[in-house]
Amino acid sequence: MQQIINFLIKNKHSLLFLILLLISLILTIQSHSYHKSKIVSSTNFFSGSIYNWKHSISDYFGLKNENKRLLEENEYLRNQLSAYGVDSVSTKYVDISSFNKPYTYTKARVIKNDYGKIDNYILIDKGEKDSIFPDMGVITDKGIIGIVENTSKNYSRVISILNSNSRINAGLKKSNQYGSLIWNGKDPNIVQLETIPRQAFIKEGDTIITNGRSTIFPKGIGIGTITSYTLNQNKSYYLINVKLFNDMSDIGFVYAIKSRDIDEIKSLEN
Amino acid sequence: MNKDTLLHIVSFIILILLQVIILNHINFLGYLNPYIYIIFILLAPININRSLFLVISFILGLTIDMFGDSGGVHAAASIIIAFFRPVALRSVFGLSYEFQTVKLSNVRFGDRLLYVILMVLTHHIVLFSLEIFNFSHILLIAKKALFSSVFTIITTMLVLVLFRRNDS
Repeated sequence: MQQIINFLIKNKHSLLFLILLLISLILTIQSHSYHKSKIVSSTNFFSGSIYNWKHSISDYFGLKNENKRLLEENEYLRNQLSAYGVDSVSTKYVDISSFNKPYTYTKARVIKNDYGKIDNYILIDKGEKDSIFPDMGVITDKGIIGIVENTSKNYSRVISILNSNSRINAGLKKSNQYGSLIWNGKDPNIVQLETIPRQAFIKEGDTIITNGRSTIFPKGIGIGTITSYTLNQNKSYYLINVKLFNDMSDIGFVYAIKSRDIDEIKSLEN
Repeated sequence: MNKDTLLHIVSFIILILLQVIILNHINFLGYLNPYIYIIFILLAPININRSLFLVISFILGLTIDMFGDSGGVHAAASIIIAFFRPVALRSVFGLSYEFQTVKLSNVRFGDRLLYVILMVLTHHIVLFSLEIFNFSHILLIAKKALFSSVFTIITTMLVLVLFRRNDS
């Protein structure tokens, strides 16, 4: 017993080092597995408010671009409205909250955005208080950004599509074949679409959209266009490089999507 | 609490804020960031209590991890260089380290550079191996570790030269 205690005292620095190393390795391994509650996360009050404070200053430098983006979106939505034959200058008030819509959108501001690492996360300034919960999809006006992974009262962490753990259902716009969207960690503008069967007719420039096969994203949200494709080794599936519509290094405001029917669908599945 | 302790606490906070607010978002050439928060570990007093030093380095790394959503990679890299700092000091400064007379502000430039290079390279190799965590990406790890190290070493040397304390 005496010898054990002596050994512990003699090697206390090494032991402390090993314990701390073990803790950090556990945290590291945990961070590489998808969908586990993370202990160390930037959604806490401390880091959230520091990022919020920083962003409230740097926001002013992006106002011009943000305005331009909003005008473009407005233009697009107005064009869509006129295509449906709705009089866009009508002053008649329409109460949209009475519509039976399957998805609701909540706007949020991006206060931290990474794109240089292998596993990238985005922090947004809305949380459980604004009814944002894990597994909600996040988009901009141009296309998808990621999926909410972790929430706190005021902030949520979004697992970006530029993350090696991210798998999102996506398909071709012109046919119903679908595969999963992954990222190989190389170029933040290019993501990869796997397991599209070789029967699909694809060519460069085709549009890739979400296909609505999960409750996370509604069908038809843009992702990007095909830049190149190859067949995999046993020549049964395509591996497609997709250039994103979004510039992932420049994201200002986003929308979180909540499916109204998610509880009903989940109870059916179980 | 004496003046030196206060100075170290202030530099701890300033380095963390500088790192997470500005330097983590530089992304030079798409992915290069300098990680200069390890200056705190480099410049810690030679005769500091080792256990305390390990715990402080762990907290330093974990705070960076919390802001960067990276699990525990910075914490692991920080405690590894904190634990092996005496080895680096001994191999670079030799006898003057044994007598505890080393002051980083008044050693030769070459020795100081060598010490910084050793520590930064170790830190970055551990950091990127854990961050990428996939041996099929070993070239990517090497590339990121090497280029980021160059970036960090240059920034660190600049900071050391600019903020040199001319006491002694």
